[in-house]
Amino acid sequence: MKAWQKILIAAALATVIVIAGTIVYFDYFARRRLRISTTTSLYDTGLLDEIKSTYEATHNIDIHIISAGTGIALQQASAGDADIVLVHAPSQELTFLENGYGVCRKIIAYNYFTIVGPSADPARITGENATEALKKIFAYGREHSDQTIWVSRGDNSGTFSKETSLWTAAGYNQTEISSESWYATTGAGMANTLNVANQKGAYTLSDIGTYLSLYKPGTIQLKSIIAGGKSLLNVYSVMAVNPAKVSNVSFNDAIDFIKWLVSDTGQQVIDNYAVAEYSQHLFYGAVQALKNGSPQPDVSWIQSYAYFNDTECPAQWRDDHPELYS
Amino acid sequence: MNPIIDGIQKAFQLIFSGDPTFYGVVYRSLFFSGVATILAALWGTPIAMLIGLREFRGKTLVKNFFNTMIGMPTVALGLILYLVFSRAGPLGPLGLLYTPAAIMLGEAVLVTPLIISITANAIEAVDPEMMNLARTLGASESQTSIAILKEAMNGVILGNIAGFNRAIAELGVALLVGGGILGTTDVLTTDISLYTQRGDLGLAIAFGIILLLIVFGINLIIMLAKKARFLLTFGRSPQ
Repeated sequence: MKAWQKILIAAALATVIVIAGTIVYFDYFARRRLRISTTTSLYDTGLLDEIKSTYEATHNIDIHIISAGTGIALQQASAGDADIVLVHAPSQELTFLENGYGVCRKIIAYNYFTIVGPSADPARITGENATEALKKIFAYGREHSDQTIWVSRGDNSGTFSKETSLWTAAGYNQTEISSESWYATTGAGMANTLNVANQKGAYTLSDIGTYLSLYKPGTIQLKSIIAGGKSLLNVYSVMAVNPAKVSNVSFNDAIDFIKWLVSDTGQQVIDNYAVAEYSQHLFYGAVQALKNGSPQPDVSWIQSYAYFNDTECPAQWRDDHPELYS
Repeated sequence: MNPIIDGIQKAFQLIFSGDPTFYGVVYRSLFFSGVATILAALWGTPIAMLIGLREFRGKTLVKNFFNTMIGMPTVALGLILYLVFSRAGPLGPLGLLYTPAAIMLGEAVLVTPLIISITANAIEAVDPEMMNLARTLGASESQTSIAILKEAMNGVILGNIAGFNRAIAELGVALLVGGGILGTTDVLTTDISLYTQRGDLGLAIAFGIILLLIVFGINLIIMLAKKARFLLTFGRSPQ
């Protein structure tokens, strides 16, 4: 046998050992794993690390978190690469449910997006609501077309979905204005986009968690100019991947995890997360609020923004788990 | 505080911290890129031998192909491999996505062209008289090619070091097929990316510094080993 053939056989053997070793390890030696595909804002704020360590301490399972924008997270889940999705874009979630990939949707948390910008606020948006603010930013951008006035994610993230709906509400076609010179698109995650806006002295839309995590250590100096209000509501939901549609998903473990997330223990972890550090809530637990109908107006806003047919999950997608909705 | 100064301080704090999480990340970086380099060397060396030792039609084209593949953007390769390893992809049934095996195989694919190119060039640079000499001394074809490989050893080692350095420093493949799952598939580069996202720039820079220190250390050890080996051989057989 020739030398190169011998090495090639060794190569094939080594490859098989690496593959087989991994399969054997994960099937027989490692703890069961639950794969969560999630949006960057939940992961980058550190909330999911907290949830993971709390859950793993009392359950015999490893939580594997893959963080991406809402669009990619849903795509990965429909390809069978996740057991659970944690996202924040109701319109995309509805499509996901309608296509049969997701079941057992539960609204778990909410907070508010914020429009951030330079502290001098050159477009004078302080005190406005979100749509009026965008109109002023638009007018200011048209006047200062040699500068970058607005920075957009430009990806399929939940934050970008929100931005699109805000521009529509303000009466503009986002696709058209995105080509104007004062409007910049990063195509990147929230932190990168905030950094770009900070460097350019521009405005952008951000979730409150990512903004604070960069603002507090002084990485960015942008101020949160508009926060709160119905149009800036941000609702996080969890869905299990439908085992009838996608093979190889750990459905029972996924349901266990969802039950824990909506339990008092899970909700407290969400509600209390980083409150001591930032002296404000990054996330509010949604389960008790929706059950009690308070605080208002948050609850009615959630219902009109993130409910489908007056419920967080229409009956045909509850997959024989009515106990989640009692 | 300036993130760069903060980063340098944190790098040294981490190195002497005894923090098992941090050492785990370093261990995975070394282990994944080490195995990837071994795999790539095993895949690549036979191909490099065929390219370097034989004349065939389209040889320039083949060499050019591997030279081009060296410049493959890691994110593009990562995306392709993601689609291959995904449950819906051709290797989906193996369930390798977001496991260490996916990173090791992916990084091996990434650095194989680099190892092939450098090794093939080193083999071609060996004096062709060497082959004839070995044959006239009665060496079999297998023994001849091994002898030439030994003669080209400096280039072979260089190729493998370059492969290891690229594997340990790349981000795209590790992030897309490994997923950067903390404690399982996160490595130094995915953590640099994560901490940048999270706004902890000091820690991100610290991890970058540590990555460079590791690469520097390993390259130094290999260079010293080569030197020592040369001195030993020289001392043993003064001809």
